[in-house]
Amino acid sequence: MNSSPPLLDVQNLSVGFHTDRGDVTAIEDVSFQVRGGEILGIVGESGCGKSVTSRSIMRLLPERNSFIGPESKILFGGTNLAQAAERTMRTIRGNRIAMIFQEPMTALNPVFTIGWQLDEALKYHTTLKKQARRQHAMEMLRTVEIPHPEQRYREYPHQLSGGMRQRVVIALALCCGPELLIADEPTTALDVTIQAQILRLMDDLRKKHETAVVLITHDLGVIAQVCDRVIVMYAGQIVETADVQTLFANPQHPYTKALLESIPQPGPAHHQTRLPTIEGLVPSLFELPSGCRFHDRCSYRDPQCVAQQPQLSEETNLRKVRCFFPLS
Amino acid sequence: MWAFVIRRLIYNIPVFLAIVLMVMSLLRVRDPVPGMMGKQATAAAIESKRHELGLDRPFVEQYCTLVQQMVTLDFSQEMWTQPGMTVGEQLRKSVPISLLLTLPALVLTSVISLVIGMLSAFYRGQWLDKLLVFLAVLGMSVSFLVYIIFGQYFGSYQLGRLLGRPVFSIHGYEPGWQNWCYYMLLPVLISVLVSMGYNTRFYRAVMVEETGRDYITTAKSKGASSSKIMFVHMLRNAMIPIITRIMITLPLLVTGSILLERFFGIPGMGDALLSAISNNDFPVIEVFSSIFAGLFICSILLTDVLYAVFDPRVRLQ
Repeated sequence: MNSSPPLLDVQNLSVGFHTDRGDVTAIEDVSFQVRGGEILGIVGESGCGKSVTSRSIMRLLPERNSFIGPESKILFGGTNLAQAAERTMRTIRGNRIAMIFQEPMTALNPVFTIGWQLDEALKYHTTLKKQARRQHAMEMLRTVEIPHPEQRYREYPHQLSGGMRQRVVIALALCCGPELLIADEPTTALDVTIQAQILRLMDDLRKKHETAVVLITHDLGVIAQVCDRVIVMYAGQIVETADVQTLFANPQHPYTKALLESIPQPGPAHHQTRLPTIEGLVPSLFELPSGCRFHDRCSYRDPQCVAQQPQLSEETNLRKVRCFFPLS
Repeated sequence: MWAFVIRRLIYNIPVFLAIVLMVMSLLRVRDPVPGMMGKQATAAAIESKRHELGLDRPFVEQYCTLVQQMVTLDFSQEMWTQPGMTVGEQLRKSVPISLLLTLPALVLTSVISLVIGMLSAFYRGQWLDKLLVFLAVLGMSVSFLVYIIFGQYFGSYQLGRLLGRPVFSIHGYEPGWQNWCYYMLLPVLISVLVSMGYNTRFYRAVMVEETGRDYITTAKSKGASSSKIMFVHMLRNAMIPIITRIMITLPLLVTGSILLERFFGIPGMGDALLSAISNNDFPVIEVFSSIFAGLFICSILLTDVLYAVFDPRVRLQ
């Protein structure tokens, strides 16, 4: 496969929070790599640590009550972002790594125009003159297929629909030509038609600009549509990683299999049957179960799963699973 | 927008008329004339005084006269307590003095407490924030009178003794800019100190509320610095509660501070109003209450207009 060094190399990332009930670890020993032009999907239920992972790459977690483990490394173009100074992070955020958020309705500042908000990012990261910045911002609005960019440039977020606002958020993320784009549930708040448009747009832009994308979602349908590789997370750990085809064809972790089974299937064969679900909830970070974190919801449970914690298998770089009895 | 302003002014006419009506009725609950005349006054003397002051006229007629005077901005009624001086002259004399005291106090209070509130919100949970909040609570727990008396004792008396010459006046007033520091600076500082606790806590709460918003994360992810986020993104969003707070205190500028003016012997509007109330000087009380009601209505209207200036989502209709 590709032997060039990865664009982003996350090694043993652990992130915790100080809370009133003591410190908790939200994600533990997460390692993955992203190469240029690749779309990596991170999937899991709510509370699995997907967003914490993405926000710690950007160092957007509040410094007051969160901490990154000392052994954690987030290598990006030779810089360890886990240790980088805030000043360094400011030159990277929005410039080399950009982020798209889940809630287009609230992600934009309501009291500034679309143009002002695009201009702000360009002001921080480019030396362009006012007129050139305006040209560039207009160009970005055109790229994300916003009709009448001249008019939209002068408008406020509340004058735009949800889909249009998400396009603005994407334009904002892309306007400085980032090498890595982190999309945290970019389509969750949108209806299905808009969702498809936004995904296609992201895919087009990736092809055109060779941008690498980390796509965080709980929607396996979205993963299947656009991702090259997938990481499945559960309770703060990676439980399985594989390329998309392999994962969908042959899930090895019981959690992955259960997730795949709970996607509704169209067609008459499935009309009469109840949609399978995964019983129970993601465990609270305060009361993590012993052994395998998934054991109390797993239908293949064995006494070993309760007693011991499985490690992520080391077979190949491309396919890893955290299970004593991987399915085949 | 002008249509909005005019419509709102029209809506507020009944409010204004009702306030004037209430003030007049409350004043006339008890007849003031026997009190003025003393125990020896005969019934006939009281009756002729009532006639002289116009209190024997029907209530509706008195009410209409006052409303007419207010609408035409006619302040030529003679004061009861100082014959020969009109209410208008009293206003012209005392309102500017009050403004010299209240305007610097408002500006200083707002600016200083906004800055401290923002600092506190910025470092929230850390020792600086805890210290500032502690001082604010301490500051607002102490009575106004304690500030005044301590201010006069230490600021005027002890400081003057220490330096061998008076720095701040304890009591009294002379007009003129060169005298402002001597007579006004101390009361202004006391006023700032007194209101700082409340204001700091309010502005801190307003800013803290904004820190949790999604647009903050977006701004940070664009590469904005903490100070840009604080002073540009958050401050602009927090303008609505800030404007409301400042605008609502604007009419109070004119009334002056009764306590400060009384204690420092500053002949401002607060002092004049207090004298008028204790001496049953109806024209002063009535005119002044009406002006105050009008100012209040205008400042609320202006607040709404400013909302639309600062928040594009607000449409005036």
